[in-house]
Amino acid sequence: MEGILQFFFSNKETIFIIALTIFLGLEVISNVPSVLHTPLMSGANAISGVIIIGGIILVGHADLANLSEGSHLLNLVLGIFALLFGTLNVIGGFVVTDRMLEMFKKKKK
Amino acid sequence: MMTTAITNGDIILEFSYLLSAIFFVVGLKLLSNPETARRGNLWAASGMLLAMITTIVLHRNADGESIRVANLVIILGAIVLGGIFGALVARRIKMTAMPQLVSIFNASGGAASALVALIEFSNPENESALVTLLGLVIGSIAFSGSMIAYGKLDGRIKDLFSRWLTYVNLLILAGILFLLVLVLVSGMPFETKQTLVYVLLAVSLVYGVSFVMPIGGADMPVVISLLNSFTGIAAAMAGFIYQNQAMILGGIFVGAAGMILTLLMCKAMNRSLINVIIGAFGGGGAGVDREKGIVKEISVTDAAVMLNYSSRVVIVPGYGLAVAQAQHICSEMDQLLEANGVEVKYAIHPVAGRMPGHMNVLLAEADVPYEKLVEMDEINPDMPKTDVVVVIGANDVVNPAALDDPSSPIYGMPIIKVHEAKNVIVMKRGMGKGYAAIENYLFYADNTRMLFGNAKDSLQKLVTEIKAL
Repeated sequence: MEGILQFFFSNKETIFIIALTIFLGLEVISNVPSVLHTPLMSGANAISGVIIIGGIILVGHADLANLSEGSHLLNLVLGIFALLFGTLNVIGGFVVTDRMLEMFKKKKK
Repeated sequence: MMTTAITNGDIILEFSYLLSAIFFVVGLKLLSNPETARRGNLWAASGMLLAMITTIVLHRNADGESIRVANLVIILGAIVLGGIFGALVARRIKMTAMPQLVSIFNASGGAASALVALIEFSNPENESALVTLLGLVIGSIAFSGSMIAYGKLDGRIKDLFSRWLTYVNLLILAGILFLLVLVLVSGMPFETKQTLVYVLLAVSLVYGVSFVMPIGGADMPVVISLLNSFTGIAAAMAGFIYQNQAMILGGIFVGAAGMILTLLMCKAMNRSLINVIIGAFGGGGAGVDREKGIVKEISVTDAAVMLNYSSRVVIVPGYGLAVAQAQHICSEMDQLLEANGVEVKYAIHPVAGRMPGHMNVLLAEADVPYEKLVEMDEINPDMPKTDVVVVIGANDVVNPAALDDPSSPIYGMPIIKVHEAKNVIVMKRGMGKGYAAIENYLFYADNTRMLFGNAKDSLQKLVTEIKAL
């Protein structure tokens, strides 16, 4: 319990941001017409690929000189996979969203 | 965590994260309007690109070291590989396979979050074990859940429902919570904790499977948007580890957006989220014993005549249209009828198909202008004025039992009131019941005619007949 309170206190700014972001998110997305449900979902899905920043940081600072030490090699490999999956999510997500929206667009008479 | 002096680079990096976060917000805002949606997607993508580039160039670890060239090569290699693969799949995929693709992308996002959390747990400089583990759990559930969702959408995995699975799921969930608390508060040595974290990973993966396994059919849109929301939350948790505002904001935003869609879908079925997740669904609905009447068939020729000489036609597409891949031929019929002076509209139920907005994407691919796609609440008042409604592969969303049979499992769900139209043509493969296995009295109504057969074949024949008229 103390750990959680401690966590709250040392991250209070971020937690405030999160609380407000949730409201902002709900506000921005509500009233979206159903015609856009799928593109919105896949676009949002691509944004959740922002986890690649974590992948970049992990792989970027991996100690390549001492790979045999501890779990360095394992972590590097896992990190590379995180990057691969993350990029797949980001690039694939944005490209497919664009493709869908392009279809919506060109049909307008 | 930064022990070295702050440099201009650090400031620029933080500022670029702020910009990225703003780009995400503006992008999502623009994405919620048909006119600006495409630009919105570009905004969000630019925000992502910016964050990636500045992180690569400017990020420094706790010792103040930048990313080395050798590491950079690996990073770029992985990004190029993942990027090319992602772009190729996204370009080539058929629109009918869109729900599967969205699930796959979502699974890979969840996997990435889980992997980052797994690695970060063993990092002694990481002080936020709680969010790390939450990221691990949520990311893993999003990954395995999305893979199962993919399998179901692709027809590889069948729904599995039984009462005991609900209890098993609750048990697994309790196990996850127990493990979480154990790792967080107990004073056991780090090696033991590390092992437990692998167990936690495994249990979370199992939970993703067993949680999605019993949910299927018409509930699929709810699950897909819920899993989408999970991936966002998992990314935000990882953002906490790095105190990275772009990750936190982006992730939470996606989490909120996914949650809204989830609740919208639940509302469209008049069910609570808990009910969808735990719910036993289907069967029954025979409480009100009413005259069933007889099923009346219609020939293709008669149907063609009826459609061609109407003034208002409404098409109600459902999952059957997607399965039969009949969207193009449907659009062709629509254009033929329009050329002959018939007004054709499409009535779209929010949960028609297997993901939110599924029908819209499908019909857009077949060149149907989106102005012709009308939402349920807008089109319902026009039903009595409609000459012919053509129901293509939809069932539960047009079942009048939802309005007047309190014993029906779908009672209270908003439906498209096609039974109020002057004539209804139902295209169906046979007299089988829909996903929910509920008797549909629409099929026995006086103004309903059945046109049995595969939707694509029937539409093809109809087009030929209409051309011949």
